[in-house]
Amino acid sequence: MKDDQEDLFEQEVEALITAINAHYGYDFSGYARASVYRRIRRFMDNKRLPGIPELQQAVLRDSYFFEGFLQEVTVNVTEMFRDPSFFLSLRQHVLPRLSTYPHIKIWDAGCSTGEELFSLLILLEEEGLLKRTKVYATDINQKVLKEAREGIYPARSIAAYTAGYYAAGGKREFSSYYTSNYGGIKFNSSLLKNVLFYPHNLATDFSFNEFHLIICRNVLIYFTRELQEKVYALFDESLVPLGYLGLGKKETLTLAGISKDFEVIDKSNRIYRKIR
Amino acid sequence: MLHRLRNNDSDLQSVYARKLALQVQEIEEKETLAPGNVYIAPPNYHVLLEKDLSFSLDSSELENFSRPSIDVTFASAARVLGKGVAGILLSGANSDGSKGLKAIAEKGGLAIVQDPAEAEVATMPAAGLRLTPACRVFTLQKIQDFLTSLL
Ligand SMILES: C[S@@+](CC[C@H](N)C(=O)[O-])C[C@H]1O[C@@H](n2cnc3c(N)ncnc32)[C@H](O)[C@@H]1O
Repeated sequence: MKDDQEDLFEQEVEALITAINAHYGYDFSGYARASVYRRIRRFMDNKRLPGIPELQQAVLRDSYFFEGFLQEVTVNVTEMFRDPSFFLSLRQHVLPRLSTYPHIKIWDAGCSTGEELFSLLILLEEEGLLKRTKVYATDINQKVLKEAREGIYPARSIAAYTAGYYAAGGKREFSSYYTSNYGGIKFNSSLLKNVLFYPHNLATDFSFNEFHLIICRNVLIYFTRELQEKVYALFDESLVPLGYLGLGKKETLTLAGISKDFEVIDKSNRIYRKIR
Repeated sequence: MLHRLRNNDSDLQSVYARKLALQVQEIEEKETLAPGNVYIAPPNYHVLLEKDLSFSLDSSELENFSRPSIDVTFASAARVLGKGVAGILLSGANSDGSKGLKAIAEKGGLAIVQDPAEAEVATMPAAGLRLTPACRVFTLQKIQDFLTSLL
């Protein structure tokens, strides 16, 4: 593509972002642009839309179409026990500390279709904490929350997830947590007993509770530094003193304004603790 | 950029650091591209370059069965750096990178492939050459000379 075509494309994306915010109240202005451009191009290719003006028209006219667009722009790709060492570290370093509280509250922010949530719930179950823990699972996208609530995943992922489970220190038979049918696996709904699902937009919504542990992985990489700062402040505000924060493998508090208020619990697994 | 196993913490960085006088590092998200550095794409993330020369990471779908995908990074670098990019495709077992190399050439950057006759696996450089017939075909020795000339 020619430079002036790309300039135009990028200007039109800015106008689209403004229009979507005005129409639907979803604010994407704090999303890192290179990734947004790529997602929008992908979506336009799939839907065979010739340009942004056509996309904008369709998105604003049809809220169902917008849902699909939202789905594409907010990357939902996830898996169970993604980076098993993170979950192993939670099990070894964080859960034993949380077990000293009579009631535990955890926020899984940007939980997508629930694979990360079920990984966490299984850990809690095995460490004997599930019954006294409330987990708030949130995402900007209602559709993924619905899928998370169902807890049904394709059977072809089982081998990888089973390996992840054992690498994360799994203590039982992984298959004891789900039933298989019709090419899928469904996680036991007893795991979800203390889970609350809510739509929550990290870019615009406020703190809604205080937590002993917040997990937010592979969400902040899509945000600009400015929006990241805002979300870190939100997490800071939403953690009890000595609460823990777990980020994605390539996300770090190092450059964040709040970093001086946190200590590093596990550097390579990006686990931090609020000390001030 | 290297296609490698996911969840693999193999310490490529120190392997290269031992051999090079340059700073070698695995990319952290939002880090800014700076002169005199060699950056390695982290396993399991796509790498994109923003206008302000910071890196964005992206864990979305595989592209060409790969994450990181060379196409993704080359295309975004071509957009941001234009003539200031040289893209080199070395030995590799799929055609990832060929579209990105084309984008680099179209923006006036330098497109190079390793001579497929010499590459251990010719698929990747051959695909690059097919899509950008005007690209330069260099032996490893020549690639080395070229990179040294940049320092
Ligand atoms: C790549 S997934 C990460 C899922 C999981 N945490 C993991 O690491 O595998 C990113 C998730 O963040 C959600 N997300 C994107 N923007 C958001 C926002 N502003 N507020 C809350 N969630 C958001 C997306 O809908 C998506 O489900």
